Amino acid sequence: MAKVPVQFTLNGSEKAEFIESGTTLLHALRDKIGDMSPKGACHQGTCGACSVIIDGELRLSCLTLAETCNGAAIRTTAGLAEGGVLHPLQRAFLDAFATQCGFCTPGMIMAAKVLLDRTPNPSREAVVEALSGNICRCTGYEPIIQAVLTAARANSQNAA
Amino acid sequence: MAIRRGRGVAAINYPTGMNLGGDPTQALVHSTPTGNFMVTLSSVDLGQGMKQIMAQICAETIGVPTDRVVVDTADTDTGPHCMGTFASRGTHRAGNAVIQAAKEARQVMLEVAAEELEVNASDLETDGKGNIQVKGAPQKSISIFDVALSAHFKRGRSISGRGMFLIPRSYPEKETGAMKPSTCYAHACTVAEVEVDDETGEVTVLTVKNVFEIGRALNPKMVEQQLVGGSWMGISHALYETTEPYYPNRDHGGTDFNQYLMPGPGDLAQTEIIVLERPSADGPFGAKGPGEMCANPQIPAIANAVFDAVGVRIDTLPITPERILRALKAQAAG
Ligand code: FES
Ligand code: FES
Repeated sequence: MAKVPVQFTLNGSEKAEFIESGTTLLHALRDKIGDMSPKGACHQGTCGACSVIIDGELRLSCLTLAETCNGAAIRTTAGLAEGGVLHPLQRAFLDAFATQCGFCTPGMIMAAKVLLDRTPNPSREAVVEALSGNICRCTGYEPIIQAVLTAARANSQNAA
Repeated sequence: MAIRRGRGVAAINYPTGMNLGGDPTQALVHSTPTGNFMVTLSSVDLGQGMKQIMAQICAETIGVPTDRVVVDTADTDTGPHCMGTFASRGTHRAGNAVIQAAKEARQVMLEVAAEELEVNASDLETDGKGNIQVKGAPQKSISIFDVALSAHFKRGRSISGRGMFLIPRSYPEKETGAMKPSTCYAHACTVAEVEVDDETGEVTVLTVKNVFEIGRALNPKMVEQQLVGGSWMGISHALYETTEPYYPNRDHGGTDFNQYLMPGPGDLAQTEIIVLERPSADGPFGAKGPGEMCANPQIPAIANAVFDAVGVRIDTLPITPERILRALKAQAAG
């Protein structure tokens, strides 16, 4: 099959690849570019493990064709830490013991980031709503909800 | 037709390990030239924290800080043998093997230190911070870093140890059939409160209060995270999860995990966890296996709570709305 060029920024740096038409963004990120932070679990849009942020919106990379991302700004969990310092959400997930096998974690963090970018001080209900597209087998969710609420508090204290 | 409330209680004991052809796990421990310690295992860390716990156990036994230990797991081609991560056996079996291996490595380490300090190995102790010192005279000491360098480059010693923990196979007694399928037992008790809609058959779990007795909690925060997740999973097993069709016709059954029901973050019961520690006699530092046990007592507790609420006994899992409605119908037909 003919290859098509695709160009976007990933966590701020320019990426250009030739990919086969029909390649998912998940496949392009993991197997072409080597960003392993988005996870592939269901590959059908039901688990949220592959979540990334495209132009500020939460998207499922397993259902997004890479060729539709030309010119887009893509963010993944791999790009959250700055200069070796973890993002407040990553810190909060660690501190709250909100990760066990870790397979859901990058997707959860992406979903939480989009929520906090828009709603810096969310209610518990808003956090639950934001995470409701993401499945976790291990934690029972409560530690994840607490981590997101803690990260929100840390953010607002820094802002104040 | 009404929403009815019920409360149920259940208690379980849960075996650590299993009895097939014997239940062995082996471990190897060795020092690097700079005095870090490597634990080699075939046991798998799938998120329960095996690596952290084995690092703690090795560090405690050798007498070094935990961050001086690296755990290499789960290459069954090249690692020492392990029966596997199942039957809540990981901490107990692998932990005992690591203790044995670490003891042997510690002994070699002390012997090399004794040669360097020109004292008797039995007069030496570790300070837990990376040094070895003479008992009662801590000013006479040597760093484990220097001991490892000496072992590697001067004295030609391998600071290493082998560990093997085996629970031999237990055969049933001819007369009674009795046997000992496992070693120590963990225990748990759950009280669940539910609401059952007797018109739709839907069950909402309001609260689950759990007490777990797990031997010694080697890492209390990790024990807690496993118990919280397990308690949720118990509810999920009780009410949702099945590979069978939710309704009788096979065509309506799930075909993959996308149709395998699990509660999401919006369906959480108020959960309480209490941990009791009764150290086991044969566990590493008194530990038992909390792994699978933590998702068990919620299931009978919820079944009992459903009985308390609407008076029907559901003995097939999961406790679906359909099963409750059929049972209610049968009860009414009397
Ligand atoms: S892998 Fe994309 S939603 Fe599951
Ligand atoms: S931590 Fe394992 S799936 Fe969430």
